Amino acid sequence: MAEKRITIQATRYDPDKDSAPRLQSYDIPFPDESMVVLDALNYIKSHVDGSLSYRWSCRMGICGSCGMMVNGTPKLTCSAFLRDYWPRPVIVQPLNNFPIIRDLVIDMEDFMHKLKSIKPWIIRKQELPLGAGEHRQSTAQIDEFRQFSQCINCMLCYAACPVYGLNNEFLGPAAIALARRYNLDSRDEGLTKRLPMIADSEGVWECSFVGECSVVCPKGVDPAKAIQQTKLDTTMRFVLPFGNRE
Amino acid sequence: MESYDVLVIGGGLAGIRAAIAAAETNPRISVGMVSKVYPMRSHTVSAEGGAAAVLRPEDSYETHAYDTIKGSDYLADQDVVEAFVREAPIEVIQMEHWGCPWSREPDGKISARPFGGMTTWRTCFAADKTGFHMLHTVFQTSLKYEQIHRHDEAFVTKLLIEDSRCVGVVALDQRSGRFDAITAKAVILATGGLGRIYAFTTNGNICTGDGMALAYRAGVGLKDMEMVQFHPTGLPFTGILITEAVRGEGGYLTNKNGERFLKDYVPNKMELGPRDIISRAMVTEFEAGRGFEGPHGKYMNLDVRHLGEEVIDRKLPFMRELGREFVGIDIVHEPIPVRPVMHYMMGGVDADISGATPVAGLYAAGECANVGLNGGNRLGSNSLSECLVFGAASGRAAAEYASSAKPVTANPVDAMLWDEARRVESAYLEKTGGDERIGTIREEMQRDMDAGAGVFRTKEGLGKLTDQLGGLRERFERIKIEDSSRTFNTELTAALELDFMLEVSQTIVASALAREESRGAHARRDFPERNDEKFLKHTVAVKRPDGRPSLEYRDVRITNFKPQARTY
Repeated sequence: MAEKRITIQATRYDPDKDSAPRLQSYDIPFPDESMVVLDALNYIKSHVDGSLSYRWSCRMGICGSCGMMVNGTPKLTCSAFLRDYWPRPVIVQPLNNFPIIRDLVIDMEDFMHKLKSIKPWIIRKQELPLGAGEHRQSTAQIDEFRQFSQCINCMLCYAACPVYGLNNEFLGPAAIALARRYNLDSRDEGLTKRLPMIADSEGVWECSFVGECSVVCPKGVDPAKAIQQTKLDTTMRFVLPFGNRE
Repeated sequence: MESYDVLVIGGGLAGIRAAIAAAETNPRISVGMVSKVYPMRSHTVSAEGGAAAVLRPEDSYETHAYDTIKGSDYLADQDVVEAFVREAPIEVIQMEHWGCPWSREPDGKISARPFGGMTTWRTCFAADKTGFHMLHTVFQTSLKYEQIHRHDEAFVTKLLIEDSRCVGVVALDQRSGRFDAITAKAVILATGGLGRIYAFTTNGNICTGDGMALAYRAGVGLKDMEMVQFHPTGLPFTGILITEAVRGEGGYLTNKNGERFLKDYVPNKMELGPRDIISRAMVTEFEAGRGFEGPHGKYMNLDVRHLGEEVIDRKLPFMRELGREFVGIDIVHEPIPVRPVMHYMMGGVDADISGATPVAGLYAAGECANVGLNGGNRLGSNSLSECLVFGAASGRAAAEYASSAKPVTANPVDAMLWDEARRVESAYLEKTGGDERIGTIREEMQRDMDAGAGVFRTKEGLGKLTDQLGGLRERFERIKIEDSSRTFNTELTAALELDFMLEVSQTIVASALAREESRGAHARRDFPERNDEKFLKHTVAVKRPDGRPSLEYRDVRITNFKPQARTY
């Protein structure tokens, strides 16, 4: 029986040499049904073309490094199985809506600044001393924010977000979901410190509630819900001047 | 040239904890953090089961210490263990205050689960994504410290040593391709493990022993490098970790006859035996023909069906996700195929209880370090706690050292930067010719390590491996570099990583060959017994001028727990 093969078309771009990104085609063996797109890239890099550049590490869907466009959809390449694409070629491109540094490597500095801007840490008026032990927290209280704490910062939601695609001033799905994660945590008292950042004009109001972010999230986070909830929070605070100010 | 008081190499749990501790010890000092990946990509993220700490009133420091020391097969330094068990609960509470979503008891307190080798429930957990939650918590918390300045995606190629003191590093900025000298009064290595020297490993692509190789080349010894942990439950083909918490929550390991075969090996502990013994039991069963045969080799069944969907979804949701995604099974209805997989390096950079190495100004913490905690076998859930306790300790010690240390002088640093940049450029970037692929040499090294330095070792196997590694080192000199770009050149970093991996592999094999006994994870078929008379000692591998390791031995520090036979 002839060896099973698959064609991978990967974006190549070296800013030192190329004026624009282009696709390069690789025809490689596909001997095992368990192979994922990342395995194909690793095969190419090890055995065909050592200059292909991309990020990856854990290959178990938790480090968030290996997000790319696979046939036009943002995916973690470690869990995108070749068998789902074969016998058609697999087109692997850098995540949409980000500047390309090189080949499949995107520039995500913008997100790193946005992450910091939403103050993703517990804010309290008074810190509990360590000797006092833990804050008590019920499972129901954790369930309030649990899904928003599952974000792995893989950037798939930004690649899927039409608003971010048009205006990268938009804080974006993951950053808003993480702000929500802290705002909903029973240990946190930082809502009023975070709201100015997320409620300004480039914040939640830009979201047109397309919901693509929630569809592509590999971890079941629902950033669209976080955005809608934040809109509600913000509105309530304007409508009720003496309302819940803390 | 960037300059800091304290510079941390590595952005995982130990590194970030160290950076925060340094900043809190002296708010006036500046702290740099260099990581070859964005910190939240660090391999801490893959830890699943939990972090051990004595928090329940019915538990005690003595039991945690005893479990750890017995688990280590008496190769742990007992004073270090005793200090560790007292600090771990404080650190777990600190993580709680920083927002870690620990799973809770009905009264709202931090919950705990049973774990291998632990006599009572003391493994605190955040479902089965504990490392992920701890890493994101500590990283996001670190963003509030304005004095911590990060260099993300910068690859350290060399430690700068001046007058026997570490004064910084040379780092390759991956985005620009520029080499920078980053100087500091104190440097903390927190670069994690080296699992990628093996083919079948739970470790991510970034775990290439960088910090160990950097320290070794700077003259620091690597301690107990023969002690490599094989986790009993990895998914065949990928090596993805299936957490020990699966057994902690009550899962069964069964062979092809449907027997819980651990009854013949660790009858009193069964599935909660320590990792080294269970991995050996599985290999022994495979050899006796009692394993399943699958498309990706032999395996055993890990069965949680009797736990029920509700417990699985509450406590092991990620395992269900991994089963669905990567094996195509629902663990609620089907057993999980597993086999032993390289997981963790007990050995590492020779460091003391505060992380200090023999080189002034150089500290090490986390998996890349050996502070004497884990000995011959680390107990599951001690490593996340280790990252916290010794990350914090090294951060404080480095900050104190930096507060009184002399400033770093620029002149020799400039010269050292120039030399190092030229070395890397001429060896790799400007290299022409060559006929060996990096990928081929790496794959051969990984296969050879699996075969020769696995769960069971022999003199013959290790001898052969020594020769194989020597041959690979020679072939490495003839590698072909296809990528001459300065921008995000991952072929260059792959070559630098392979260079590091070949270096540390040698120390593993030399240390394993010389330890003619079986202790902890180091099981010699030709020397099946533990020999306290000769080998109740740490191995310290030091780089000789000819490039090969020479071995020294150092007594284990015994305080309250006299070595006994290790049975479970």
